Amino acid sequence: MSTARQMLRLQAPSPSRTALAAALGALAVVLGACLLGTAGYLISRAAEQPPILSLTVAIVAVRAFGIARPIARYCERLVSHDLALRGLSRLRVAVYRRLEPLAPGGLGGDRQGDLMSRMVADVDAQQNLVLRGLLPPAVALAAGATIVIGMAFILPVAALALAIGLVLAGSLGPAAAWTATRVSGRRRAAARGALSADLVELLRGSPELVAFGAGEAALERLRGRDAALRRIDRRDAAAAGAGETMAVVVAGATALAVLLLAASAARAGAIDRVEIAALVLLAVAAFEATQPLAPALRTIPATLGAGRRIAALVERRPVVRDPARPQPAPAVPALAMEHVRFRHGPDGPWLLDGVDIELPPGRRVALVGASGAGKTTIAHLLVRFLDPVAGRVTLGGVDLRELAQADVRRVVTLAEQDAHLFSTSILENVRLARPDADERAIESALRRAQLWPWVSSLPEGWHTLVGEDGAQLSGGQRQRVSLARALLADAPVLVLDEPTAHLDGDAAAAFVGDALRVAGDRSVLLITHRPEGIELVDEVLTLEGGRLRRGAPPAYSA
Amino acid sequence: MSARINRRLLAADPRGRAMVAGASAAALIGGLLLIAQTVLAARMIASAFAGDGAAALAGPALAVALVVAARGLLAWTSETGGRLAAQRLMSALRLQLAGRRLAAPVPLDNAESGAVATAAVAGADELEAYFARYLPQLLLAVVVPPAVLLVAALTDLESAFVLLLTLPLVPIFMVLIGRLAEARARARWQELTTLSGHFLDVLAGLTTLRAFNRGEAQAERIAEVDERYRGATMATLRVAFLSGAVLDLAAVLGTALVAVTLGVRLDDGGVGLEPALVVLMLTPELYAPLRGLGAQFHASADGLAAAERMLAQIDATPTPARRGTATPEIARFGVSLEAVSFAYPARPRAVIRGLSLEIAPGETVAVTGPSGSGKSTLAALLLGFVQPAEGAVRCGALDLSRCDGDLWRTQIAWLPQRPSLFAGSVADAIRLGDPLASRREVAAAARASGADVFIRLLPQGYDTPVGEGGRQLSRGEVRRVALARALIRQAPLLILDEPTADLDAVAAAVVTAAVERAGKDRAVLVITHRPEPAAIADRVLRVESGRIAALPGVVPA
Repeated sequence: MSTARQMLRLQAPSPSRTALAAALGALAVVLGACLLGTAGYLISRAAEQPPILSLTVAIVAVRAFGIARPIARYCERLVSHDLALRGLSRLRVAVYRRLEPLAPGGLGGDRQGDLMSRMVADVDAQQNLVLRGLLPPAVALAAGATIVIGMAFILPVAALALAIGLVLAGSLGPAAAWTATRVSGRRRAAARGALSADLVELLRGSPELVAFGAGEAALERLRGRDAALRRIDRRDAAAAGAGETMAVVVAGATALAVLLLAASAARAGAIDRVEIAALVLLAVAAFEATQPLAPALRTIPATLGAGRRIAALVERRPVVRDPARPQPAPAVPALAMEHVRFRHGPDGPWLLDGVDIELPPGRRVALVGASGAGKTTIAHLLVRFLDPVAGRVTLGGVDLRELAQADVRRVVTLAEQDAHLFSTSILENVRLARPDADERAIESALRRAQLWPWVSSLPEGWHTLVGEDGAQLSGGQRQRVSLARALLADAPVLVLDEPTAHLDGDAAAAFVGDALRVAGDRSVLLITHRPEGIELVDEVLTLEGGRLRRGAPPAYSA
Repeated sequence: MSARINRRLLAADPRGRAMVAGASAAALIGGLLLIAQTVLAARMIASAFAGDGAAALAGPALAVALVVAARGLLAWTSETGGRLAAQRLMSALRLQLAGRRLAAPVPLDNAESGAVATAAVAGADELEAYFARYLPQLLLAVVVPPAVLLVAALTDLESAFVLLLTLPLVPIFMVLIGRLAEARARARWQELTTLSGHFLDVLAGLTTLRAFNRGEAQAERIAEVDERYRGATMATLRVAFLSGAVLDLAAVLGTALVAVTLGVRLDDGGVGLEPALVVLMLTPELYAPLRGLGAQFHASADGLAAAERMLAQIDATPTPARRGTATPEIARFGVSLEAVSFAYPARPRAVIRGLSLEIAPGETVAVTGPSGSGKSTLAALLLGFVQPAEGAVRCGALDLSRCDGDLWRTQIAWLPQRPSLFAGSVADAIRLGDPLASRREVAAAARASGADVFIRLLPQGYDTPVGEGGRQLSRGEVRRVALARALIRQAPLLILDEPTADLDAVAAAVVTAAVERAGKDRAVLVITHRPEPAAIADRVLRVESGRIAALPGVVPA
């Protein structure tokens, strides 16, 4: 339940809007019951053939209820959906604010993409909490209570019968649905996960499976997973059916009971006989209050499961935090690492074991080393995405931990390996680095990144959309957009992490040459595992076994 | 549109179709029994009004109880049957899709396969709503209103006329539900995906945003985009909900009209209480099925969308041609492409244009060229994953298109450009190449590909789980495991697509040496844009725009 509370807190549905939505929903149900009840009364009374004028009130009431009900229902749907959308928006922002300080260290490396796409779906699912978790029970309670109390004024014993019926319908059916989905929910989720994983694997890897003659075996395994899921689903289907049966039987039995009670009360003279039809129709209409409960509740366990995943992620602690009172940004952009040691977790092997790097203003250093040697970790330490376990990283002599992160990143720009391109225009992707940059500055950045001829040849110029994560661009174009972005940021220190990973030899050499040329008087740390361009820097450092060595490894001279 | 999907869905599994029919029939009988129940209840009220004693009410009360019990049973049948049918049909579609994909393998990227898998597994929920709720409701909407009218006419002809007067609204409702709501619902879905897309885009780019100090500002942007989206969604919802409201209004106004007319006629003595009650209580049932249909519409749209997505995927997979049983002997004849042209269906330009290439037994051929020049398509053609539009792939005189694909591929080992490992241990991943390989042979292949060095450092060595849910290997590591997988398969033709991509200089040298050794006793096709693997080839060919560009036989220094 605490998950539900936490997710609701993050959505922060406005109490007044929530109350309004619930009240409108209850009003719609009550108006419907009143319409039928009054209609029953009207024709029973009319059957006694009184003067027609005595029926006027009932006639007017029937019409009024008839018009008011759909209006209430329509308003309720609008208010509740608006409520859900507002909550979802707040939840997105809240989740974003908590995830933002986690990137990239706290978000689990390689799996970040999967994690994020699941997170988006999980967040979307939380609208169920308001629309299906919160409102239907509130509506059922308010409407049911109102009708029962109203009926109690006419015939308390019939009201009691209706109350029992409503409580049964409102608890048994939903409870059956709830336990069915929740108890089997976990096993169902596991079975679905397994089936889904196998299916993804098969869809993605079908060429390899077929090439190695393993397709039939994979299909057989998928059939097994499918059958396992269907066994669980079959039980759920039976439980859902039982819930429906319960709803039909309870509503029917209650109406019958009210009818019999009303009939005997009329015979005993406790009520007027014209009220019999009114009571029965009121009872029949009252079940509209409990009807939506079971289907609504059925979605909640899955919603809560999604909520738990969100909670687990947003509760992670950021790897780095701003100091309480940050030092002012240093005047000299001299970046240095002093005896830095780093490892993931307290028992992991030392990834960096006493690393010293000096990057005074204007100096160009290439950092080479095998993949997995820890080069990207160094990049992340230099912009304070991570903190060293021992030793320190300094900017102008000040430990990065004593500076505001924003100040560090204003001085040191990291062009990441696989930098993300947002699904918008080339212009916006570059402008990201400095939103207040004018068009001249952006054009200049694109020119210096050698992108201008290509960009200006496009029919839509720099307004051309780059597609999802830059899918419309080639590897080289991506790197150059990323470079233009880094140049526009105009920071005195530039860290280029594997800018040529996805380029072939000639393109890689050209890119590194261009990048170093246009970097001008900035200091540059070029991180690479490839030989191209290392002859253009002042110093080459090789990272191996967690330590730095001067000079390039022999393989690079090839 | 939906009728077409419906037909195709139901054709996927005959038993599922029978269950859909059963569930719908149960719902229909239940709907008719509700009419009976209403008539019985109305008569009981009239009889109680007349002052009849408990004895007179006992019989009808028992009848009502029986009808209620029967309806309960039918409700179970309809709900359970509908759900079971949906599960059967979705399962049939899933397996059909998987089978098709294996028959004509085209790689899907992560996002696409993830989305299809989600539709195939989670889409079953929506399909359940469609078969358990929407379809039965559709049947009720067609059958129950006329039945109500008939009973009303038999009870009180004049009231039946009044009901009939309100009925012309029904076709309008149907159009409202069918057209308006469908279009709106689809539009809303579109917007929903756009928004989620934006959120996902932002989350995927978190690190980049932080690197440029844009992390904070982006929170406002999310709120801003959300706000815009909420405005647009509410605008569509205001219209979409209108169709429901109009239905609702017509239903209650119809009831009110009938009640008031009956009241006036009763007062005149023009009609008796019992028929009046029967008609009054039946009136809501005239509209209820139609309103129910509107309420279930969203569920049905979602379910159909999921099914449609699956069917689209199934359709996108080409049906493989019929094949013969001749056995290719690549070890003896090598393979050749003869004036082959090929274009992917979705792309306008041919990827391969009149390309000829021969790989003799034991020969190592390197193919280089810029990315997008069609190099990887050569591998797909040689593996028989795609069929040439013109020309032929041959082994000696044998045309691949006359050959059983699986049999053909037993002769080939392949390292794809983006290899993936399947869930299982590292040893299992390598054994995909040769399921009968011993532990020693597995380790030998891993040593050859340079994978052994890091596999031995894994927590459980060769038993470490990899693939989905297992340990995450780097791209370079996956490639070396996949190379071991290809090397262990003693096939006369080895196709290596970018074997040294993602590898550092040292690892690349190990891989190159392994390729050179492998080339001693079999034919090798190396697709690469790096110089090292090309240096060991007997011949280097350059492919540009789907054609052989440079002079064959020239080995770069």
